[in-house]
Amino acid sequence: MSTAYRDIIRDGLWTQNMVFAQMLALCPLLAVTGTATNGLGMGLASTAVLLCANVAVALIRNWVSPSVRIPIFIVIIASLVTLVDMAMNAWLYELYQVLGLFIALIVCNCGILGRAEAFASKRPVAAAAVDGLAMGIGFTLALVALGAVRELLGSGTLFADARLLLGDAFHFMEITLIPEYQGFLLMVLPPGGFLALGFLMALQRVWETRRARQTEASAVSDTGV
Amino acid sequence: MDITARRAAWFTTVWYPMVALGCVTLIAGAALALAHRITAPAILAVETRTLIASLTQVLPSDVADHDVFSDPVELTNSSGQTLTVYRARHEGEIVAVVFQQVAQGYAGPIDLVMGVDHAGQITGVRVTRHSETPGLGDKIEIRRDPWITSFKGRSLDDGTRWAVKPDGGDFDAFSGATITPRAVVAAVKDGLHWFEQQQTHLFTTEDQTP
Repeated sequence: MSTAYRDIIRDGLWTQNMVFAQMLALCPLLAVTGTATNGLGMGLASTAVLLCANVAVALIRNWVSPSVRIPIFIVIIASLVTLVDMAMNAWLYELYQVLGLFIALIVCNCGILGRAEAFASKRPVAAAAVDGLAMGIGFTLALVALGAVRELLGSGTLFADARLLLGDAFHFMEITLIPEYQGFLLMVLPPGGFLALGFLMALQRVWETRRARQTEASAVSDTGV
Repeated sequence: MDITARRAAWFTTVWYPMVALGCVTLIAGAALALAHRITAPAILAVETRTLIASLTQVLPSDVADHDVFSDPVELTNSSGQTLTVYRARHEGEIVAVVFQQVAQGYAGPIDLVMGVDHAGQITGVRVTRHSETPGLGDKIEIRRDPWITSFKGRSLDDGTRWAVKPDGGDFDAFSGATITPRAVVAAVKDGLHWFEQQQTHLFTTEDQTP
């Protein structure tokens, strides 16, 4: 059982990563990753919704007939997003002022619908919860990576305004790596998102191919001896 | 017949999917209504608190000698909307007024509050709510960029060119987001025009004495 969970976690973080492997959720990804902080905020909010949606779908999975499953999942996801939006507006106003713009965007994250359809609707609640969490963290990592690359190239900083998201204690995260940088607007604008994403994906593929070749080589040498 | 088999039979009927979707929608709707009821007072409270905070920000600290928020007056603006105007007094005399103004931004309305003194000079402008692009248009927020303070001290007749720099004006535009600052500049200018029309009305105190 524990190996099954380990597989779910590895799938979520890397092998089935929502962005780098499944190429899902590109709309919110490209829209908000102008800075690493924005990416982190979107990632955390998406993870919360993904976790709740997966649990809710897994709970009712036996009662959903195939013909109406997509509308049902969408109703659940949209309601959860609205609930998160209202709760944050009421009780986490400081955070809401920073993240509020992204919350509504989570509805159009097809990755969440994808997990409901591909995983949560077929598995028990615990597995669905682990999957939601792992997929969410994997998505967050992708958002932060892309946001960091774009922010660094676009404005020469890293995690600018992190204190608005995480509180004043995280002021140390805000780094200016290139002082007096004139800025490279293209990277902050949506086309820069596509470019950076393309390069990151190419890097990930290179890494994967190289690793596959290494394991192949070691397997050959093992049998050869 | 066990429950799984019976369910499989239900799934093929016409009524089951309708009832299932109906139930989910009902539950979701009820949950949202309940959540709205629970959160609405809290949301109103934080929004009022934010409004008070921004009201005090757009007035110079020495101008008001009593609670600005307790002295609102309702007026109708040129497009027929009711506008709440808060008046700051100094020793009984109204020295500045604060009112809300809405700009049509890139991604929807931008709510502003602006303070104007009796000479028609802006004492401050702040954005209270907006949905502009994160990282581009959100520089209109004071905590992200000091841009919004560039309105302070300006008026209609001090030679200010009321447009963003790409349009030949005096106000900076943000790289990648020109529509947002352009909308804010236009709204502030409209606010000043409205103030000019209403000036005598705004500064008379026939209805209340301190």
